[in-house]
Amino acid sequence: MKIKNNIAVSDNGFIFNPASGESFSANPVGLEMLNLLRKGKEAEEVIREIETKYQVDSSTLERDLNDFIEMLKQYHLTVIDDE
Amino acid sequence: MTTKLRYERPIIKKLESNMPNKFGMRTEFEPVTHIDNVSVNSLIEDFGSPVFVLSERKIRKTFNQARQAFETRYPRVQFAWSYKTNYLSAVCNVFHQEGSWAEVVSGFEYDKAIKNGVDGSKIIFNGPDKTEEDLRKAITNNSLIHIDHLDELYLLQDIARSTRQRPKVAIRVNMDTGIYPMWDRFGFNYENGQAWDALNKIMFSGQMDLVGLHTHIGTFMLSPNAYAVAASKLANLAQRVQQKYNHEISYIDMGGGFASRNTLKGSYLPGIDTNPHIDDFAEAITSALINSEYRPKTPPLLILETGRALIDEAGYLLGSVIANKRLSDGRRSTILDIGVNLLFTSFWYNHKVTPAQEFTSYTEDTVLYGPLCMNIDVIRESISLPLLNKGDKVVVHHVGAYNMTQWMQFITLRPKVVMIDLDSKPHVIRENESLNSLQDFEKIPQHLANFEL
Repeated sequence: MKIKNNIAVSDNGFIFNPASGESFSANPVGLEMLNLLRKGKEAEEVIREIETKYQVDSSTLERDLNDFIEMLKQYHLTVIDDE
Repeated sequence: MTTKLRYERPIIKKLESNMPNKFGMRTEFEPVTHIDNVSVNSLIEDFGSPVFVLSERKIRKTFNQARQAFETRYPRVQFAWSYKTNYLSAVCNVFHQEGSWAEVVSGFEYDKAIKNGVDGSKIIFNGPDKTEEDLRKAITNNSLIHIDHLDELYLLQDIARSTRQRPKVAIRVNMDTGIYPMWDRFGFNYENGQAWDALNKIMFSGQMDLVGLHTHIGTFMLSPNAYAVAASKLANLAQRVQQKYNHEISYIDMGGGFASRNTLKGSYLPGIDTNPHIDDFAEAITSALINSEYRPKTPPLLILETGRALIDEAGYLLGSVIANKRLSDGRRSTILDIGVNLLFTSFWYNHKVTPAQEFTSYTEDTVLYGPLCMNIDVIRESISLPLLNKGDKVVVHHVGAYNMTQWMQFITLRPKVVMIDLDSKPHVIRENESLNSLQDFEKIPQHLANFEL
């Protein structure tokens, strides 16, 4: 799973997709996950990085990250595998 | 060692750029952590989840506001607590302590009022289903019997004749007050002359004391003016009885049906901002009575049977988040341990639901489901809530009316009901059900007692 490389993300969680003209907002944890995914990190690495920073266990993180990625797909912010 | 940051689950929300809502977005993330100074967490810890909580302070306050609304406008006012709205004895007794009579609609409710210690003469017996046994009891106790149909009127006449007792009666009158739907299934119609006909029958029989006139024009009424129309029509009937028979009607019972602060499904604006206040109903009713042509020596007692508007806001249902899920179209759904079997009124209202703990300002549009394995178990189709997690507590507001009488044991058992007294001390006023509460009523025929699998 990869984030489309033309997606613009601001420091305060404002996200813009120039291809569709749609904009989104994310909370701080969402923003951090999105930025790690944009850098090409795998899910396990994202979980590891967030876990060191926040008061949360890895199973909660795994569940929440899966849900978050599902939403990124829903909003067409990811590259479809065969693209 | 550095302290870790507080975690909140990640969200991404699409920013909608369509027409802005001129009334602004209403989000309900203001947490309600305490009810009458008792913490929601401790209530759930002590009494389980879910749990109904009633505030005695709020009941008395709302009642006194209503009493004041009417008593400052009319000289003789009497409230009668509508048992069907919430007949937990502790609740009834708060109203009785405040001076309310009892208004009942079945033999079982009648017996409950007597058991609670209400004097028979202060029980109003309404409804289409009063058995002969019920009526005999009510006559002997001098209760106020509100006749619903002619069969009941004739039955009362027969009992009066055979027992030589004089029942104290009123008739229930239905009428066109300009609202839809018109409730014409209860009582006698005003416009087509049924009501006048029934009053004549009572007066001609000479075996009953016609003491009052009663109406109940609808439920969750949003138009105070309809009550003004109803009050004028009852006053007109009273005046005609006075003219024809030189007989004074001693009370006019306007029933109930006043809207509470809940928001009806399909309403654009929240009920708390738009529904009429009790003062609006009081003004409409009392003005109509005072301005009517009916001029007896003593003004008739104005009886009010309002239930919902007096108890809805005093009731809370506390519960917990069981799980979060994502629906196929990307919507968030949250499963609570509160089902529609407990929160019957979620079929009518968009209940206000608030979290019981602090959150950040991020919210998500969420569907709130109950725990029942049934598709109809939806508490709110769409609500903007903070990022709830499994185990978080929520408070459902304005649930005091009808839920604790219309609830049912279905898939889950009914929980405890707690009342917080004026000193902020919680009391269990109804225990939770157990498997035994169900099994005790069942019987298994001998041939079905055993099986092998």
